[in-house]
Amino acid sequence: MKNSGLATKGSKIESFIFYTINTIIMLAVIVVMIYPFWNTIVVSFNNAKDTLLGGITFFPRVFSLYNYQTVFKNDLLVTGAVNSVTRTLLSTVLGVFISALVGYVLSRPEFLWRKFVTRYFLVTMYISAGLIPNYFLMKDLNLINNYFVYILPGLVSVFNIIIVRSYMQSLPASLFEASYIDGAGHFRCFIQIILPCCKPVLATVALWCAVGAWNSWFDTFIYASSKESLTTLQYEMMKLLSSSMNSGANQSASSIYGNRPVTDSVTPVSMQAAVTVVASVPILLVYPFLQKYFVKGVTIGAVKG
Amino acid sequence: MEQKSVVLQTKTIQTNKRLKRVKEYKQQIPLFIMVIPCMILTFIFCYYPLSGWIMAFQNFRPAKGYWHSKFVGFDQFTFMFNDPVFWRTFKNTIGMSIMNLVFGFVFAIGFALLLNEIRSIGFKRVVQTASYLPHFLSWVIVCSLISNILSTYDGTLNNLLMGLGLIDKPVLWLGEQKYFWWIVAFSHVWKEVGWNSIIYIAAMSSIDTELYEACEIDGGNRYRKMWHVTLPGIRPTIVVLLIMNLGWLLNAGFEVQYLFGRGLVMDVSETIDIYVLKYGITLGNYSLGTAAGIFKSVISIALVSISNYISGKLDENSVF
Repeated sequence: MKNSGLATKGSKIESFIFYTINTIIMLAVIVVMIYPFWNTIVVSFNNAKDTLLGGITFFPRVFSLYNYQTVFKNDLLVTGAVNSVTRTLLSTVLGVFISALVGYVLSRPEFLWRKFVTRYFLVTMYISAGLIPNYFLMKDLNLINNYFVYILPGLVSVFNIIIVRSYMQSLPASLFEASYIDGAGHFRCFIQIILPCCKPVLATVALWCAVGAWNSWFDTFIYASSKESLTTLQYEMMKLLSSSMNSGANQSASSIYGNRPVTDSVTPVSMQAAVTVVASVPILLVYPFLQKYFVKGVTIGAVKG
Repeated sequence: MEQKSVVLQTKTIQTNKRLKRVKEYKQQIPLFIMVIPCMILTFIFCYYPLSGWIMAFQNFRPAKGYWHSKFVGFDQFTFMFNDPVFWRTFKNTIGMSIMNLVFGFVFAIGFALLLNEIRSIGFKRVVQTASYLPHFLSWVIVCSLISNILSTYDGTLNNLLMGLGLIDKPVLWLGEQKYFWWIVAFSHVWKEVGWNSIIYIAAMSSIDTELYEACEIDGGNRYRKMWHVTLPGIRPTIVVLLIMNLGWLLNAGFEVQYLFGRGLVMDVSETIDIYVLKYGITLGNYSLGTAAGIFKSVISIALVSISNYISGKLDENSVF
């Protein structure tokens, strides 16, 4: 008996040590995940000249909104922001609707060509023509330097369709039967009965569509880089990063900052920080609210993968 | 008399069946209308461009088009397979891909295991929310953040290491070949570890608690429970995901390599995707770019088919 008492005491101490270390690790994870972004936010709100002195960590030293004023006075960045917002909204609304529509059809057991149509969509997940044929496709379709190159190619997302389908298949069959008996056709059943039941999965899909559209820069780079009115925030961010990488790779940092004429107001570093914040905060504001949905969505996706 | 009624009966049954059939077909029409536009879109953007693969067997000139460009057979492929640059990009792709895969799995599983031990639900949620954050940032933003952290001028990592006295002058992390693959791997870990752990955490929460109790009665401590209950519990998930990911071995990512690949580092940073971009778009050698794209597609399809086949075989093991 004495022995076991000792054992529990020992395991209590062991337990305490384990939890302490584990908590410390988790706190470290939080810091590692948040700090790079937090630091950038701080730099973006700090006076640009002051930032160059170094040592900005958790809080701004000389608070300033000038970086943001510069960003919002820059025509290209404003155009980019407008394009990013509109393409995200359009892609999300259309993408969710299409995923739901196709998901609905593929979830109906009475659809006779269900197998064929499912395969037809699934194959595209594995085969892609590649960059060059796609480039010529866009050229043939007259989509080069055309706003719709942001919307059309990504409209049908097979992955999202499969997730919506799996969710709809898990709905009780009586839901569908009841609406057919009441004389509702497929369209009414879809719009009035099924869509409202699928809010969680549609929220997930909406988030993914939005993240994808907001974060993409490669399509601007390949298909629309020669037309300034079609620029996007991420593409502008890419250009800023490229120029700072190019200047940084060849010379040592101090020589760059020594030679660069520091204007009264804003520096590449601060500008980049401010654009980073503008180009990511809109998405970051959304995801905590949708967290409970997308956790479910990821799990469903893996089930049917 | 009896026979007649049977015949009549079968007739009515047949007409009923036919009526039902007609009705069934009628029911199909709205379903078809719902799905046809999307099938057309998919055809235009996914199936039709496959016809562009013909370029790989030509000496394609955009001015001449597919019809009048000269056919050269497998010359583009021969050139590509004799091109040392191509094999370098191939090696880089496989190397970075394996590193991403290994580190991605180890960190996601490790993180899920440790998070699973946290008892406070509130704290767990905070950690999880924080760990998802980088997943929602674009690669451009992620690269920008990482280049700030790794910067030689007041970069956090250099400051930290110098503060600890491990190095005496800032290291040019992004300028040296030997660090590059590690930077790519850890960028992927940083961006995706929280996201990838979701699935493991879900699998862990479905493990029967009786198993833990049984382990405890047998005198198993925390680590034994992790090793003998939690890990075997998520093993099917791990296996399925691992196999699925093996199918994407030629996708080492493209953005980090493209954005960070400058100067000297280019020898170790360029992947097949960048090879395609460079020859295809930048240098205008469309045929060679297409050939490299086909090479990648074909190998990917083979890998995916093999991995799907294997995971199908293992299906009885699967949690789901």
